[in-house]
Amino acid sequence: MTVTVLLFASYADALGHDALTLDLPPGSTVGDALHAVRARSGGDRLPPAPAMAVNERYAKLGDALAAGDAVAIIPPVAGG
Amino acid sequence: MSAELLVRAPIDVGALLARVADAGVGATSLFIGTVREHNDGRAVSGIDYSAYDAMAERELAAIGAEAGERWPGLRVAIVHRLGTLAVGEASVAVACAHERRAAAFDGARYVVEELKRRVPIWKREHYADGTREWVDPTAVAVAR
Repeated sequence: MTVTVLLFASYADALGHDALTLDLPPGSTVGDALHAVRARSGGDRLPPAPAMAVNERYAKLGDALAAGDAVAIIPPVAGG
Repeated sequence: MSAELLVRAPIDVGALLARVADAGVGATSLFIGTVREHNDGRAVSGIDYSAYDAMAERELAAIGAEAGERWPGLRVAIVHRLGTLAVGEASVAVACAHERRAAAFDGARYVVEELKRRVPIWKREHYADGTREWVDPTAVAVAR
């Protein structure tokens, strides 16, 4: 199944992209998507357990993904 | 809650206050966050703010709704600016209005603290020496 990964701020700089497309096996989790991104060039600059979101809501690494989901890796927020 | 939550132009504080105005209101608190000229000992000349827009709007709306549940009758207006801001410019403004002042003060504090804790907005500081860095509040906390 295909999911989109959104990257922001320092994480987008680390990967050199602000979005990636991943092809993952059915039943994959948020953590699996993170693992795939961390295996990419520059992905080792991401922390092992950053905040994650699926379809604009915070998610846990064990949450299951569905085809077409938008997975976001959220750097430490600094609004205000 | 209504109206725009993220803007790319200077924040109109008067318009924000108008959004919470009501004949039943006896107290209005206004918080304004501004870009300061120094951070952790470094001279700052400006800040780029960026966001995961759709999720930031969702979280800001949720925070406003939560404040309304915690302080019934509270009227909340929030706006965060994105883009490149100069020292002294407002990056965020929160207005809370209520019949009584305690809810107006406490509600505004709640909104600002939750915004800083969970709304996906990031800032990259420009320093006087020409360098730019993304700000990581969690790293600063550990360093101290």
